[in-house]
Amino acid sequence: MSVNITFLVITGVLLACGFYLVLERTLTRVLLGIMLLGNGINLLILTTGGRRGIAPLFKPEIAAEEYSDPLPQALILTAIVITFAVTAFLLAMIYRSWTLTSADELADDTEDIKVSQKTAYDEEEDSPVAEDTTEFVDEEGRPVREGEE
Amino acid sequence: MLVILTALFVTALLCPLLFRVLKRNAFYVVAAVPAVGFIWLLTQLPVVLAADNSLANGAPNAPPSLKIEWISGLNIGLNFRMDSLSATILLLILGVGALVLFYCARYFKNDDPQIGGFAAKMVAFAGAMTGLVTADDVIIMFIFWEITSVLSYLLIGFNQALISARRSAMTALIVTTLGGLIMLAGILMIGSEAGSYQLSEILASADRLVSLGAYTDVAIALIIVGAISKSALVPFHFWLPGAMAAPTPVSAYLHAAAMVKAGVYLIARLAPGFSETNLWVPMTVGIGVLTMLIGGFRALKQHDLKLILAFGTVSQLGFIIAIFGFGTPEAAFAALAMTLAHGLFKATLFLSVGIIDHNTGTRDIRKLSGLRRAMPILSVTAGIAAASMAGVPLTFGFVAKEAIYESALHLEHGWGIVALIGLVLGAGLTMGYSLRFFFGAFGVKKHSVPYLTCKAPTLIFLAPLLLLSAMTLALGLYPQLVEPLMIHWSAAQGGPGKMHLLAFAGLNPALGLSAISISLGLAFYWIRRRTDTGAAPRRMIISAEDIYRMSLNGLDMVAIWITGRTQRGSLSFYLGVILGVVLVVPLGIALTVSTPWPDLWVIADHPAQLLIGALIIAGAVVSVIAPKRFMAVLMVSVTGYGMVAIFALQGAPDLALTQLLVETIILVSFVLALRALPKRLWGGVAKIKWGRALLAIALAVMVIYIAIAMMGARDQTRISLEWPELAYHEGYGKNIVNVALVDMRVWDTFGEITVLAAAATGVASLIFAGRSFGSRVRAHEVEPGSIDSGSEAMGNKESKDVELRIARRFATSGNQDWLMAGSTLVAERRSIIFEVVTRLMFHSVLILSVYTLLTGHNTPGGGFAGGLIAGLALTIRYLAGGRIELSESLRIAPGLLIGGGIALAGLAGIVPLLLGDEIFTMYAVEFWFFGDQKFVTSTIFDIGVYLVVLGLVQDVLRSLGSEIDSLSEGRSPVDRHDFVQASQTGVGR
Repeated sequence: MSVNITFLVITGVLLACGFYLVLERTLTRVLLGIMLLGNGINLLILTTGGRRGIAPLFKPEIAAEEYSDPLPQALILTAIVITFAVTAFLLAMIYRSWTLTSADELADDTEDIKVSQKTAYDEEEDSPVAEDTTEFVDEEGRPVREGEE
Repeated sequence: MLVILTALFVTALLCPLLFRVLKRNAFYVVAAVPAVGFIWLLTQLPVVLAADNSLANGAPNAPPSLKIEWISGLNIGLNFRMDSLSATILLLILGVGALVLFYCARYFKNDDPQIGGFAAKMVAFAGAMTGLVTADDVIIMFIFWEITSVLSYLLIGFNQALISARRSAMTALIVTTLGGLIMLAGILMIGSEAGSYQLSEILASADRLVSLGAYTDVAIALIIVGAISKSALVPFHFWLPGAMAAPTPVSAYLHAAAMVKAGVYLIARLAPGFSETNLWVPMTVGIGVLTMLIGGFRALKQHDLKLILAFGTVSQLGFIIAIFGFGTPEAAFAALAMTLAHGLFKATLFLSVGIIDHNTGTRDIRKLSGLRRAMPILSVTAGIAAASMAGVPLTFGFVAKEAIYESALHLEHGWGIVALIGLVLGAGLTMGYSLRFFFGAFGVKKHSVPYLTCKAPTLIFLAPLLLLSAMTLALGLYPQLVEPLMIHWSAAQGGPGKMHLLAFAGLNPALGLSAISISLGLAFYWIRRRTDTGAAPRRMIISAEDIYRMSLNGLDMVAIWITGRTQRGSLSFYLGVILGVVLVVPLGIALTVSTPWPDLWVIADHPAQLLIGALIIAGAVVSVIAPKRFMAVLMVSVTGYGMVAIFALQGAPDLALTQLLVETIILVSFVLALRALPKRLWGGVAKIKWGRALLAIALAVMVIYIAIAMMGARDQTRISLEWPELAYHEGYGKNIVNVALVDMRVWDTFGEITVLAAAATGVASLIFAGRSFGSRVRAHEVEPGSIDSGSEAMGNKESKDVELRIARRFATSGNQDWLMAGSTLVAERRSIIFEVVTRLMFHSVLILSVYTLLTGHNTPGGGFAGGLIAGLALTIRYLAGGRIELSESLRIAPGLLIGGGIALAGLAGIVPLLLGDEIFTMYAVEFWFFGDQKFVTSTIFDIGVYLVVLGLVQDVLRSLGSEIDSLSEGRSPVDRHDFVQASQTGVGR
């Protein structure tokens, strides 16, 4: 099969720009990156289908090879609609993120940062405790005896 | 056997209920279950004793066994077998279990809410131990083994409020499960080599396994590690004293009579077959004797009665395992007797401590004084048990110990003499701490410690102890009662010869050794009493427990260090790492293997592709560096519309149509959602970060490279060559892509529309964020000209007033029927031209959408395109007429549309099933309607798709459009769209 260089170049640029944008911290840019990646990959799938051909609308007199490959088209069609759903979802997320934090930014997870600055797993786990010599104690830890409550 | 096992677990399940009704007296009911089991076991003993242990299961005279198929593929079955070893230990488990549960009824407070669960765990534990010692399948045994570990953890941690209890419970769990896992490795090694996981079969092939040498040595050593961790031998011994944080009945049962005997049982079980392996004797006899000495020594130093007993238990377990480790029939005979004796006296002693603690409120021997007078019966009972522990004549402990000395004297290998010296010394220590225990608990202290006054325990509280001590005495005088069990167990290995359990064997070397150890013990006790200052025992420079803590802390530190380095909380960083791996791994593979390369290249199929390509590339690049948000969005749209052109040129009209529609709706969604975001949130012209750019470019090159290689690798014709014929003759449609979607690859499409449903739900949830989206404002309920007032500024200040005046003159009217803008929308938001165009277009677009849907099977279109067109019609109406217009124009909730669509699509799959065909079989119905018509049932599926897509668009409009409208009403568009109530945001503000 022949390889369409133009398509490969377009795909490459779309992917490079897409990858670059998804690595950004601004949520809107991340979303744009995802859309570029989607377009790029769709084009790549199309490229694997080979040369352009007749639209795949069945006519008895046309040989199967003359149609453009319908298989990648079916894949891409679902991908396009899914991309729409994902985009809508991310837009909602951007809006929500803005109403909550007044930012359009992927903030660092403060809990994760806390963990990375920790020195010990759990202080309580290692603190020495006095050995107790009875299991019959009241709430304050004073020993109680039968019949003295 | 199975009945007892099941009964114990079922009782455990019933416990919470029982205790709610009967309070603590329910313990009596619960205790009856193991008691009945005990009696049943007694009736079985003749059968067990008549059987020949060496026979395989099922043979005429073999021990009672039971086999239930379970995982036959892995050769694992629910196999149980009760020989004399199992029976002896089971006597302890059920007998002591029943008595301890009986005792609990007076130990706990009546109103303690936790005792139901406590009793459940105790009974379940009895069940697990029963399973453990009767299992004839090592995997089943291992499962029960681990169940006991977990139950032990839960029982030690019974008093959850105490940090010491929680910590000890964790230690016990970690140590015993560590041992358990090591043991599992050994079990698997042995089992796979023996070709069977059945314990009796493994033992039958022991000779062959032992001849394998190192392999079996290691496997058995691993199993021994499991055994000694469970039985708290050095270096794992530290968990047992820690486990004393458990309520005393637990200590009496799990940590004296039952659970810690699991290790003993395993050593005893394997000794006949595997005591010849190289590591066996050092690991059992060596570690056992060492443990006996260390445990005895440390027991002497304690002040807490329970800790004296705990270290004593460690010592005794080492003792018993050492004896079983000798592997001779005499040793097995004597050690089994000792196991029984230990269970009897140690349970009694723990229960005594429980009573002392219960009635006086302390277990500290520095505070206890004069209890002999306050609790005379208890002191005698405990005295008998302590005497048995010390090996004083007339008790069963003495009888067993004599037998042990006797067997040790007969040992022939080199370890014999070492062991003998160790045993005598250890027995001396045992004598010493027995005295310390007894006089510490009941004696009168000279240092003017006041006599403790306390209530004497009631008889029913004491009853279990009396029974146990009576047994100790009875067996001490008439050991013949249990001797047959020991003889029978050692018979399979050759029998104990002339050895017998005797109350008094006459003057012989063993008696001499006993005399030596008793005098040693008196001396130890005397020295200890002289040197005891009352201070807490000095800590050793480094103890096994310190090593345990240090290694756990080290593990924690490593975990934190790694987590801190890898989980930095930055999503970009994670993504960078992921993409880096995506880059390096495939590229590494691609560079190391030879990759195919296509030989046919074209620059472009059509000159226009070059032009479109240039446009797309420009759009992509500008979107990266765009200084304004909407410019970036528009540039991405340029690439999208460029794709439309490419699809159209390539011969893919369906794609072109769908992409065109999606691109348009996405653009609208962007505008709707991002209109609220202020400009300052966009950083302006982005500075290119070159590291990131390099990664991105490398990734793109890698993807292209792999794609080229893949295309070069193709050596078959494409499978879709069959599709045109298939589509037309099997799918009854001419549009091959559409038939693929709704027929040939219908499962994919069905999956996809559920994804759409999930996304729509997500969008609505994010925007509505807890507010109800069920309620709908009707047009006649709103004041005319009120919607969206003040939310958008128009022009500058001067022109605004004029414009408003003019607009208002035309705008407000009360009696419009279908475009609600006039009656609802505020004047300055209305656009007359837009409204007119909408009126003209709406219905035609809607009809177009239905047409696209229905003809999609034969011409470009279908459910996706149709749904999107209908969605666009809706979008136009919303934009022209505002949010009330939207809710009036489609009064069905999006959820209903989406759900209905999925249901309809599902129906197209299920109905064929009911008709006896495969799922998603499509039929064609031909009929006449102004010409020959063909209806294909896949159209029903396509209508489902149509509804889902329409629902998704409606959902997006309602969320990103209407809802944000109503939130921003009366505010400047860039004001914060704060929700009115803090509670609704989900975050306290």
